[in-house]
Amino acid sequence: MSTTTESRLLAATLPSRFSFVRSRDFPLVPVAILGVIVFVAVFADLLAPHDPQVGSLAARFRPPFWQTGGGASYLLGTDQLGRDVLSRLIFGARVSLVVGFTAVIFAGVVGTTLGIVSGYLGGWVDQVIMRVVDAWLALPALSFAIFLAAIVGPSEMNIVIILGLVFWTRYARIVRGEVLSLKERDFVRLAVVAGCSKWTIMRRHILPNVVNSAIVLASLMLGVVIIAEASLSFLGVGVPPPKPAWGVMLSDGKQGLMVGYWWLTVFPGCCIMLMVLSANLLGDWLRVKLDPQLRQL
Amino acid sequence: MSNSIHSFANSEGARPANAPVNRPLLELRNLSTHYISGQGSRVVRAVDDVTLTVNAGETLGIVGESGSGKSTLALTILRVLPPAAHIVDGHMMFEGEDLVRKSDAEMRQIRGKRIAMILQDPMASLNPLFTVGDQVAEPIRVHESASRANAWRRAIDLLKAVRIASPETRVRQHPHEMSGGMRQRIVGAIGMSCEPRLLIADEPTTSLDLTIQAQYLNLLRDLQREHGLALIFITHNLGIVAKMCNQLAVMYAGRVVESGPVSRIFNAPAHPYTEALLNSIPRMGDGRERLTAIEGQPPNLASLPPGCAFAARCSSAFERCRVEAPPEADLGGGQMARCWLAVPAPARAVAGAV
Amino acid sequence: MKQFIIRRLGYSVLSLLLLSLTIFFFVRVTGDPATLLVEPGASEADIAAIHHQFGLDRPLVVQYALFMVNLLRGDLGQSFYYQMPVSELYLSRLPNSLLLATVAMSFSLLVGLPVGVLTAVRTGGFWDSAGKLFTLLGLSLPSFFVGLLMILFFSVFLGWLPSSGSGTVWHLFMPAFALGWYFAAAHMRLMRSAMLDVLGSEYVKLARLKGLPQIMIIGKHALKNALTPVITLAGINLVQMINVAVIVETVFAWPGVGRLLYEGVSFRDFPVVQGVVILGGSMIVIVNLIVDIFYAVLDPRIRLEA
Repeated sequence: MSTTTESRLLAATLPSRFSFVRSRDFPLVPVAILGVIVFVAVFADLLAPHDPQVGSLAARFRPPFWQTGGGASYLLGTDQLGRDVLSRLIFGARVSLVVGFTAVIFAGVVGTTLGIVSGYLGGWVDQVIMRVVDAWLALPALSFAIFLAAIVGPSEMNIVIILGLVFWTRYARIVRGEVLSLKERDFVRLAVVAGCSKWTIMRRHILPNVVNSAIVLASLMLGVVIIAEASLSFLGVGVPPPKPAWGVMLSDGKQGLMVGYWWLTVFPGCCIMLMVLSANLLGDWLRVKLDPQLRQL
Repeated sequence: MSNSIHSFANSEGARPANAPVNRPLLELRNLSTHYISGQGSRVVRAVDDVTLTVNAGETLGIVGESGSGKSTLALTILRVLPPAAHIVDGHMMFEGEDLVRKSDAEMRQIRGKRIAMILQDPMASLNPLFTVGDQVAEPIRVHESASRANAWRRAIDLLKAVRIASPETRVRQHPHEMSGGMRQRIVGAIGMSCEPRLLIADEPTTSLDLTIQAQYLNLLRDLQREHGLALIFITHNLGIVAKMCNQLAVMYAGRVVESGPVSRIFNAPAHPYTEALLNSIPRMGDGRERLTAIEGQPPNLASLPPGCAFAARCSSAFERCRVEAPPEADLGGGQMARCWLAVPAPARAVAGAV
Repeated sequence: MKQFIIRRLGYSVLSLLLLSLTIFFFVRVTGDPATLLVEPGASEADIAAIHHQFGLDRPLVVQYALFMVNLLRGDLGQSFYYQMPVSELYLSRLPNSLLLATVAMSFSLLVGLPVGVLTAVRTGGFWDSAGKLFTLLGLSLPSFFVGLLMILFFSVFLGWLPSSGSGTVWHLFMPAFALGWYFAAAHMRLMRSAMLDVLGSEYVKLARLKGLPQIMIIGKHALKNALTPVITLAGINLVQMINVAVIVETVFAWPGVGRLLYEGVSFRDFPVVQGVVILGGSMIVIVNLIVDIFYAVLDPRIRLEA
């Protein structure tokens, strides 16, 4: 039994009945964009013209090729250490994807499992888990992540774990809600009467029915997680340099901002925006497609 | 097309002596409301070629299954249809003016003031955040520009008129603090607040307990008598029709299949559907073992068959029924039926057949 | 009503307890807390001294008790960098964050609510599309990107607005907008959804049947019912804003608690980091409590909930 406000807050932070896509429209453009990003991330080594972590000090702060001073060798310009922006963007895709997906899956698995256990078993297990969820939901996500990163120190692995820890609670809350209503359904009651063990029921009957919601939630959370990771990297507690995360690039770009080196900011930011936008639109479509009744989402 | 149906003096509903008989209060002529969706590709004929008359002080019952179009008919009269619905044909003459032609602003003067409507679910119809008094006083303040104090006083009187105990206290309460029966009375009070000439009641007792239903119906009858109100009673319950109405219209698939004085129809239904409806009411001591149900399903209003809409479920159907939709046949005494059986035998043969 | 308040209060206390427990737990579980509590570059002896001073050699339960006692007294430790009690430091920066959050919140409500109502009342058409675009972007653009772009545009290229610091009204513009856009989108979306819900309800139908003018139907009946969830969310979001503002405050060097957190992390000033998180979380719990009570006052049905 969660607090009224907190459940309202949770319900409101996820897209309600405001769909950007109609259910029949397959979101071609977002999926294509995500596909390109995945492709680029996988084949980064082949596609990037330069090494993303090694720069040439002679070529610092070169603008993109269409401005004077720019050239074909550094298509999108270079940063303060002479590193090629385009190559860093390409490798950055890999970081964002890996961290984003892994964190979302981690949070999803933990959250869904605990949500099922909590919802189905009820009793004190439910109370304990839900109190923890409530408390964690009260913690401001970003600050909590920063706090954790400050304690354990930044690294790619740590970030994934931290983001997973911060976001699993959202899954747990929603999955639990679904399980509570599923529990009353006849096919579950039949399984109980037939003598199935609790764990079998949870695995065979409950789980497949909540997977849909979990998937939709995952796609919606992807955008949130990516922004969180970028924010952490921007603040210096995310993926550590010299690894080319987009958030780190934005942080580096701050230096050049005041003198008008706009490409260091605009390109990584646009990449983040495109990825998050696509993830959001895809999630929207999935939500309508997989279950138009997902009002609670 | 049939002309106006005259009321009879010995009907169950009462009519005050000084009500004018010369002009009907409400006259629907060939009224059709269609739901159009998918850029015109899908048309649902919710109300089709309906002709009905209501005289002052009368009670007209409209009976039908869900999907028969009765609720859409009510919304059409008051012109509060959803955006997909359009009045495609016909006239609605209310006190001599055609409601189909009126602008929305003009209709607003009529709604709640000259024609009022009460809905089925009183819990949902009342705004949970406002007091009961506020909601009853509201139409008075809007339509008659009454002051807050006056309107409030009238609201208390109205609560008294609908027999709510301690109205002074109740008037300050919120809807959720009252029982279902009380809430429905309040909805009734709202309907009566500006002394309309016509009140449309859309299944007002469906959500009430049986014991409360009778009280409520008596209340409506008394209010009608006192104010000379005409009542259109939409229901699926023939028992209520028998008790409350003097005229009856039976709807099926958007069309009126039979209409006329209640006593005539109950004694001798002309349309097979009406007959089946009357037969399906279980009666004590009639010796039947099984309940008589009507075979089949209601038709899909988006794709109606060419002939009579009831033909598929009718035990007396013959060839012409399936080919051509029957016209309205005048059976005398104010009774009308849309059925080939009501048409004299020679005309029943399919046109052109031997 | 009193029952409700008491129950709700108890709930909040429990949440606060769990909050502190979570923080405490994580600090202890991820390694030796002493390394966090000393200034960087301390010697073995220093660490041992810290162990003793902070009672880190005592059993965990005792440590937690001490931790809680300190918390309740308002003692959140001492900042290394500023050489001040953390609580004092936090309270000195809080007004700045509140100012920023208030302005950003006003912006988000002033834009979000009317547009939300408009898109609900006139679905399809210009406003609907414009609203959707605004919302989509607001939810997808990270606030720091918005901030950086604004600096690029308004400070570097146009030179109209100062890019950092605080002090004048001009300093407020960009950070408030960058912070507020996401929330404007969220509020707009919720307002629209709530309005659509309400406009389809039976009592609005009855209001139409009563012959009330459209303005009255929307303004009186629909709006009041639709506003309650939105205002609730806005109240919670105010605190949420303060916490999320870390990014924006860092970009614009705005001296609020968000920037304090950033400084704490940069300077490895752990007590500050811990303090900001605890206080931030506590504020959320308290605001939730206030909003729930406010909601109960507004909506008479809530008071009767079992």
